[in-house]
Amino acid sequence: MSTTKKITVGAVAAALGVTTLTACGDDSGGGSGGAKPKTVTLVSHDSFNASGAVLKEFTKQTGYTVKVLKSGDAGEAVNKAVLTKGAPQGDVFFGVDNTLLSRALDNDLFEPYEAKGLDRVREPFQLDKGKHRVTPVDFGDICVNYDKKYFADKKLAPPQTFEDLAKPAYRDLLVVENPERSSPGLGFLLGTAAAYGDTGWQDYWKRLKANGVKVVDSWEIAYNQEFSGSSGGKKAKADRPLVVSYASSPPAEVLYGEPQPKTAPTGVSTGTCFRQIEFAGLLKGAKNPDGGKALLDFLIGKTFQEDMPLNMFVHPVAKDARLPELFTQHGVVIDKPQTMAPEKIAENRDQWIQSWSSLVLK
Amino acid sequence: MVLARPEVGTRPGEGGRAARGGLVRGALLLVPAAFFALFFAYPVAAIVGRGLAADGVWRFDRLGEVLSRPDILDVLWFTTWQALASTALTLLVALPGAYVFARFEFPGKQLLRAVVTVPFVLPTVVVGTAFLALLGRGGLLDGLWGVRLDTTVWAILLAHVFFNYAVVVRTVGGLWAQLDPRQEEAARVLGASRFGAWRRVTLPALAPAVAAAALMVFLFTYTSFGVVVILGGPGYRTLEAEIYRQTAQLLDLPTAAVLTLVQFAAVAGILAVHAWTVRRREATLRLVDPARTAHRPRGAGQWALLGGVLASVALLLLLPLGVLVARSLDESGGLGYYRALQSAEAGGGTFLVPPLEAVANSLQYALAATAIAVVVGGLAAAALTRRAGRLVRGFDALLMLPLGVSAVTVGFGFLIALDEPPLDLRSAWILVPLAQALVGVPFVVRTMLPVLRAVDVRLREAAAVLGASPLRAWREVDLPMVRRALLIAAGFAFAVSLGEFGATVFIARADRPTLPVAVARLLGRPGALNYGQAMALSTILMVVCAVALLLLERVRRADRTGEF
Repeated sequence: MSTTKKITVGAVAAALGVTTLTACGDDSGGGSGGAKPKTVTLVSHDSFNASGAVLKEFTKQTGYTVKVLKSGDAGEAVNKAVLTKGAPQGDVFFGVDNTLLSRALDNDLFEPYEAKGLDRVREPFQLDKGKHRVTPVDFGDICVNYDKKYFADKKLAPPQTFEDLAKPAYRDLLVVENPERSSPGLGFLLGTAAAYGDTGWQDYWKRLKANGVKVVDSWEIAYNQEFSGSSGGKKAKADRPLVVSYASSPPAEVLYGEPQPKTAPTGVSTGTCFRQIEFAGLLKGAKNPDGGKALLDFLIGKTFQEDMPLNMFVHPVAKDARLPELFTQHGVVIDKPQTMAPEKIAENRDQWIQSWSSLVLK
Repeated sequence: MVLARPEVGTRPGEGGRAARGGLVRGALLLVPAAFFALFFAYPVAAIVGRGLAADGVWRFDRLGEVLSRPDILDVLWFTTWQALASTALTLLVALPGAYVFARFEFPGKQLLRAVVTVPFVLPTVVVGTAFLALLGRGGLLDGLWGVRLDTTVWAILLAHVFFNYAVVVRTVGGLWAQLDPRQEEAARVLGASRFGAWRRVTLPALAPAVAAAALMVFLFTYTSFGVVVILGGPGYRTLEAEIYRQTAQLLDLPTAAVLTLVQFAAVAGILAVHAWTVRRREATLRLVDPARTAHRPRGAGQWALLGGVLASVALLLLLPLGVLVARSLDESGGLGYYRALQSAEAGGGTFLVPPLEAVANSLQYALAATAIAVVVGGLAAAALTRRAGRLVRGFDALLMLPLGVSAVTVGFGFLIALDEPPLDLRSAWILVPLAQALVGVPFVVRTMLPVLRAVDVRLREAAAVLGASPLRAWREVDLPMVRRALLIAAGFAFAVSLGEFGATVFIARADRPTLPVAVARLLGRPGALNYGQAMALSTILMVVCAVALLLLERVRRADRTGEF
């Protein structure tokens, strides 16, 4: 008898242990019994970042606490939102960009809401104007980055345009990401398609291939292992001085330098850029729509917009948001990036990736 | 000490208790069955169903449609041959290692046995980076001979050896250590040559274990994801990588569903053969205490063998781990990156908490996952111990299925299946340990089962005759004998949970990243500080895993402990 008792006590203790562990990590998301929910859940991709102080500021202003749910890379996060349509994981989704916007809109993920302060957001970014299903939050440019030291040592001018990249002087120097698996890779492909036209881009890539372009699967490998200008690449004795990355990567090299360099070790080929705009929207079926709306207002508010650059290395879309010194000092302004309408991207994305893959990888 | 083996066969008087035995077994299986159904079968069925059923109509014609696509056939062909090649290479490299660890006594053996197991429980995102540093540009091979293996299939094969070395050493070596060497000696006394004796005595005894190890390596390499994506580069794609691409990137659920079914069938096939070899191995061996079979190497040949194995271990396993440690030190060889882990701001706000907290998160998750895995796996093992019919034995293989089913399928399945109260667990903390436990349970079952089966049935019967309830008999007879195995099972489940990445990354919350998730996040950002911190965190993870495994080695000593 005593044996049975002991085992029961043990089992109960174990069960309690698990429950307690659960309890300490669990906080009730939705409110029950009609009480106003205190939490608003932001679903985003892995690159989402915000200062703790800024999130606290939101709580101070509205009374809501933000819970962030990172949902994989950009494509994965959007796809998860599509799959959980109607029973979303959170209230607001942030991080659908112009390359995937159509997928989100066609699947009717978002509840229209005109965010307060939208008039402060620059016109060209308002791709869903009038309908307000999504709100633009930030933008960034995918551009070729170069290793300053390499080109200085070789007394060679760094390439500036797509056309330069195909020249013999820059043979075997460029590493790009596979657009099948990487969003900068896709951005770069779309950039060439925008520059050379729906059919012309294939000829351009034939020339790039003949000029020794190297393809790897992810930005991490391209930038940290193959690119000679990054600190990771230096450690790995990388030998490609050109890489597809972001216009904001040079300031990042300064900020995370160890020790911090006075000037960025890398530069941007300004004629190779493709513009990415990221949007946020209120998810249909959100448990806390009021909190979600407040959060959308906050995302384009001055505080958040000015916090973004150093956290996510993107640019604010609000006119009144000032860029941090790091960006004005080490960053570049891209005047005429390549752009493409989301509908056109949606129409051609898969087919282009497929022809790119048989053209370049085979 | 000769460990007694249970004799299989019906004893008089046992038939009357069969019905009650069945009842007990049913009760024991209840929890594992419910766990498996709810957190594996249901989510997987939900996501596959979403892909294959359009408007309530099942579209099995899609199977033929997808499977006749040339690009898919390429994927299937590559998946199969690289797994075969990886398995062959792993056996080639690791079998001598299994022998050396089984039969030789040398200083540092326990430590080394723990260290060679570390790769098996480390996430590929961590090791892939270290491996790249070795095989890629500016790596050791490049520096010495100008040879670069990244984006070649060799990088994939070598990394697979690195990851699965321990599977062979532990599965084959564990048994080898317990084979009575006197049997071989007897054959030699009777006139057999050294090789002849080995071929006729040791090889047949070892063959099922080799087959089981080969099948497990084949399973792990067939479903390889991280290694292929990180080291293979574009152009190399396994079934698992393709399922990920179709699901997470293209949202082509029908194609993903077909591929999932194909992988399912392949894995089920592998597991069925595995279960069969395991049963054969358990049938007829005479086992002895491993401490009595190991000795210091004698003669030039044995010393050379030991030297060769140690050299291959150093080159293939220790070197990549060493690269990881080297890269975690800052420019001046100091611990700057480790110190940076203590502040949330150092990661540039990549984290809402200091990255170091990921260590605490990981430990907590892993503890909970271990508790779940031990309860579920322990109950399953207990149920499977008794003379089991075919159906119940099938359940044994069923519990291993999560090892071979794509994490993205399970992860996405969770998303669409567990989305309604009371089972809206998608943002609940417990989901991470539950997912990790899915991977831990097979290890618990595989560790416990042989030990439980080795308990002499007659002891249990004697207890029953003396009036003990089945529970009491289990406690008094089985428990003391399996306590050690239970500890080892728990330890292994713990280490596996700690390194689990595939499922965790789908559900881990931003404010509570686990170690592997934090590493992946740091690697995703530019700058020396992020890269260095990623390496520092990886090193911490490696050390925690190594310590857990070293503790296991201590417990494991002189005990028969199943496969791991």
